Amino acid sequence: MTFTAPVLNYAQLAPMLIVLGGALIGVLIEAFGPRASRHASQLFITVASLVAAFAALVRVRNQSSVDAAMGSVGFDGAGVLLQGTILIIALLSVFLIADQENFTALAAAVPGSSEERESLQLDLRVTEVYPLTLFAVAGMLLFPVSTDLITLFVALEMLSLPLYLMAGLSRRRRLMSQESALKYFLLGAFSSAFLLFGVAYLYGYSNSVTFAGIQASITGGSGNDVFLLLGIAFISVGLLFKVGAVPFHAWSPDVYQGAPTAITGFMAAATKVAAFGAILRIFYVAFANAEWQWKPALVLIAIVTMVFGSVVAITQRDVKRMLAYSSIAHAGFLLAGVIALSKSGLDASIFYLFAYGIATVGAFGVVTLVRDSAGEVTDLNRWSGLGKRSPLVASVFAFFLLAFAGIPLTSGFIGKFSIFSAAYETGSTAILIAGVLSSAIAAFFYIRVIVLMFFKDPVEDGTSVVIPSALTTTTIAVTSLITLILGIFPAPLINFIESSAFFIR
Amino acid sequence: MSANPYIPILVIFAIGFGFAAFSVGIAAVTGPARYNRAKLEAYECGIEPSPQALQGGRFPVKYFLTAMLFIVFDIEIVFLYPWAVTFDKLGLFGLVEMAIFIGTVFVAYAYVWRRGGLEWD
Amino acid sequence: MTTSTSLVYLIALPLLGATILLLAGRRSDKWGHLLATALSASSFGVGLYQLSQMLNRPTEERGVSQKLFSWISVGSFNVDAGLLLDQLSICFVLLITGVGTLIHIYSISYMSHDENRRRFFAYLNLFIAAMLLLVLGDSYLNLYVGWEGVGLASYLLIGFWNQKPAYATASKKAFVMNRVGDMGLSFAIMIAFATLGTVSFSGVEEASHTASKAALTAIGIMLLVAATGKSAQFPLQAWLGDAMAGPTPVSALIHAATMVTAGVYLIVRSNFIFDAAPTAQLLVVIVGAITLMFGALVGTAKDDIKKALAASTMSQIGYMVLGAGLGPAGYAFAIMHLLTHGFFKAGMFLGAGSVMHGMNDQVDMRRYGALRKFMPITFITFGLGYLAIIGVPPFAGFYSKDAIIETAFNAGGVKGILLGGTALLGAAITAFYMTRVMVLTFTSKERWEDNQHPHESPILMWLPMAILAIGSVTTGFLFTRGHALVNWLSPVVGEHAESEEMLLQPMVVSGLALLAVAIGVAIAVMKYQRADVETVAPQNVSIFTRIARKDLMQDSFNEAVFMRPGQALTSLLVKGDENVVDGAVRGIGRTALGAGASLRKTQTGFARSYAALILIGAIALIAGIWVVTQ
Repeated sequence: MTFTAPVLNYAQLAPMLIVLGGALIGVLIEAFGPRASRHASQLFITVASLVAAFAALVRVRNQSSVDAAMGSVGFDGAGVLLQGTILIIALLSVFLIADQENFTALAAAVPGSSEERESLQLDLRVTEVYPLTLFAVAGMLLFPVSTDLITLFVALEMLSLPLYLMAGLSRRRRLMSQESALKYFLLGAFSSAFLLFGVAYLYGYSNSVTFAGIQASITGGSGNDVFLLLGIAFISVGLLFKVGAVPFHAWSPDVYQGAPTAITGFMAAATKVAAFGAILRIFYVAFANAEWQWKPALVLIAIVTMVFGSVVAITQRDVKRMLAYSSIAHAGFLLAGVIALSKSGLDASIFYLFAYGIATVGAFGVVTLVRDSAGEVTDLNRWSGLGKRSPLVASVFAFFLLAFAGIPLTSGFIGKFSIFSAAYETGSTAILIAGVLSSAIAAFFYIRVIVLMFFKDPVEDGTSVVIPSALTTTTIAVTSLITLILGIFPAPLINFIESSAFFIR
Repeated sequence: MSANPYIPILVIFAIGFGFAAFSVGIAAVTGPARYNRAKLEAYECGIEPSPQALQGGRFPVKYFLTAMLFIVFDIEIVFLYPWAVTFDKLGLFGLVEMAIFIGTVFVAYAYVWRRGGLEWD
Repeated sequence: MTTSTSLVYLIALPLLGATILLLAGRRSDKWGHLLATALSASSFGVGLYQLSQMLNRPTEERGVSQKLFSWISVGSFNVDAGLLLDQLSICFVLLITGVGTLIHIYSISYMSHDENRRRFFAYLNLFIAAMLLLVLGDSYLNLYVGWEGVGLASYLLIGFWNQKPAYATASKKAFVMNRVGDMGLSFAIMIAFATLGTVSFSGVEEASHTASKAALTAIGIMLLVAATGKSAQFPLQAWLGDAMAGPTPVSALIHAATMVTAGVYLIVRSNFIFDAAPTAQLLVVIVGAITLMFGALVGTAKDDIKKALAASTMSQIGYMVLGAGLGPAGYAFAIMHLLTHGFFKAGMFLGAGSVMHGMNDQVDMRRYGALRKFMPITFITFGLGYLAIIGVPPFAGFYSKDAIIETAFNAGGVKGILLGGTALLGAAITAFYMTRVMVLTFTSKERWEDNQHPHESPILMWLPMAILAIGSVTTGFLFTRGHALVNWLSPVVGEHAESEEMLLQPMVVSGLALLAVAIGVAIAVMKYQRADVETVAPQNVSIFTRIARKDLMQDSFNEAVFMRPGQALTSLLVKGDENVVDGAVRGIGRTALGAGASLRKTQTGFARSYAALILIGAIALIAGIWVVTQ
């Protein structure tokens, strides 16, 4: 058996390596750094490695190759755009995470135990959240550029495991937070198993784990179609779980609610970008020629997801759960871009992911600000009249909701418009109709929250908006500004995406 | 390929089911049924079940911590074997990569050590 | 078409004002209102400059356009943000900025005791900017942006005193009903894009010559839905009365002169669509006719002076829509009535505000009376507006309304008689209820509460009223002299087509109209001038009065037809989720995991249901793909 040493293109892998390096340094700081300065040094390392990774990415933005890592990583325009999006979202989320008020003092302590009280008195901080974030980011960076199924699976686990832990770090309502973390873990493991099962079937079908190999087998049509069918189905389950598509969505409301809000924002935005990046790549590259097999099923899932997310969101009483269902609905809209299976569908999806991710981080950033003496207030009833007490914060939140609803002059409108027109161009009229209808339903509950904030009387129960830290302010300001700018002048970004988004095969 | 492509799947299911049924059945039929107190206990892995322990007879979390650490280093060894086999062909590249790999595992080790994960009490 | 680089200033100036005032916050409390007024006035100045430029050019080259930037470019779909100023839009630009500036001036005094006056002016400026964008956009999409913008601004302004829950509810109602209309507009845009491949006015006009009638009819109907929402036309009229909760200058600007006429603008602007889609055009006429009667009937029963005026606005816009639905013969008259109405109705609203100002914010006309002596200027300006609206020559309303009635009669056949008859009857009722307002407020006996000391308003308030009153007197004459407005607009809305056979001669129509007015006035004077009017609305009145007081049951209608089914559907879905979905999942989970009783104890919460759901989903997915591939 011959064996050749692998050749790696370090420049193209640099963004991921930098982030991983930062994470390792972070772990070492946890091990050896003095407790007092840990928070500051962790924050510095995290921000520095994200910025450095972005710079490294910018340096190689025009390159493309299938050989970044022996055919396991495809480096191309779409990958660069998705990685850039993830890094920007991660950086903005880290600013929210930096407000440690949301995190538990000692994650390992049993809720309500004396250890927990002690750690609270000592004013401990879970600074592990920074390296965990970086590990998750590294996994997310790898996810959309994986071009073989093994790497895809490794990336999935790499981004998921830290997130399971991070979901359990909430400072308040510890039990709920831990429950959500456990749920996320169990179900995530369950769905990963499906994915792995699918990998096995696809290998059985094509004797290859690379996307290119699978595509070649499908084109050649030599394999056993049942294996292909099962492979596509099981891999779809694993990936659709991550984006929260119906019926693989059930974890997301619980986890969104239980996790610390800053983490929820990060999870909702960045995970979705990474997972949809991977979905786009695998369906556009590996499964494109088996379109007739998976498309009808995926169309159905997209429609059900949009409608379900929008309808159920109406009944929510908790702002984080409502945003979770809204994110389910958005997953449905994004699937329309996958189904389009065209260049314009790809462009629209990438734009939508960027716009949605930014707005999501911003919206959750605002949620972190509404608190009472016992921590964040997420009960929507207690948000009533917020517009009278804190008009600026309420207006910013309302603006993000309008962006989610796809009202013109926000990025959401352009995103929805381009994704639906891409779906329409490729003849998916059913998607278009379902999309427009569920957008209308969705608009109803977003508007309901706006009405609640501005036209109901304030409740006098100590709910108030805290003065945000400088970093949180930065995140909210930047995200709302981007959302507005993309709503008014989307052309530069759209043109940029159009000129550079492509998948290398 | 046979006329019906689903036959292989069916066969896999049949074999799986058959194996499970066979194992359970054969154990019930041929296995000696000599029970004693130790046999009826929950686990036979050497640990005394301790129903009097805190919170309803659970294992101390330390067991799991140790077990996980073991797995981390166990897997490291698994990676070291193929490297050892192809050491000549990978050359310096392989050496550096493996040093980095071991380095990262040691980072984890250092964290566990410094944070008291190795202290039993 | 000529291009210009200065159109954007029309919008940019008031937008700048809104931005500065909102960003500067309390710091600008002292000078914010002055800045806003100055910027609105300078926008009016730019408008006048544009008009003078326009007059210097030959007829064919009067329209100017300005491309701002490439807005959306998605696939084959390209929209440039561009502005278009032609003979039609200049009318609106001058009306919006002119009346808008007057109302700014009025508000300086009217709102002087409100601690949030600066915010009010910021919203006013925002509204002006959005409304200008609406009438200046060169495509349906740009119009849509302005359309949403005025919706937002009006929402903010109606709910300006949102500390009162009823007011907040009113603004919410306006917002929601407007959204229904907005859906119409967005559907129209989508259909236009899908069938014609373009959404710019010029593009759609060109494509309309060859497009299928069905598509044009669909677009036309959707545009009509949009117009009914924004212009408070039947069946989306219910919000206008409640919108009176906003400060009175808002009612004058938004709910009389400008925003509510946007629907008329939309129809006239889309004349090429309606001309090619007779069915849609017929619907426009029907909506207009129904609304003009509807508004007039509601107007007869309202005791709240602003609500009476709101009902009258509804009715008058009904006339405009009716005119616009009559095709090339009526477009110019619709616009003419719109402009004259802009003057007299804004003036009357400001007059109502002035009365309220002098009467401690009392709005119940049954508590007014004999105010003529105490508010002479308000009385005169309001009176001139009154004469204009009921259509007494030579006041403005006479010319414009008469033209619409006449065109309606000449629409041909039974349709003409029906429409003309409705318009004529509407005129009589208008005369009745406006006289009622006039008599109850100014001439009949005093019915005030004890602690009231009516007084004339300060100059900053009556000056705008006076200027608007002059407009209500003169504009009708000016517009009709030598068919000035008709000729001016003809390049945009098509040549004015005088119908061949006239059912009735213009003189006969005028005579009939005047007769109708006289009857209406006479009944009202007899009923209210002489008799003692009760200060509390009597309850033992006929069923018709009661229904009219309740806005002809429009809220009940909405509740029964839209709200209830919507709520039922929602709760059904919720129940379905709780019972069917959760139940099914639990049931299947129970069956699937029935053996694992010990396993269940170690599981927490409902993670098992979730996992079962994933499993079911996976099976369904496989089944789905399998079914497709067979």
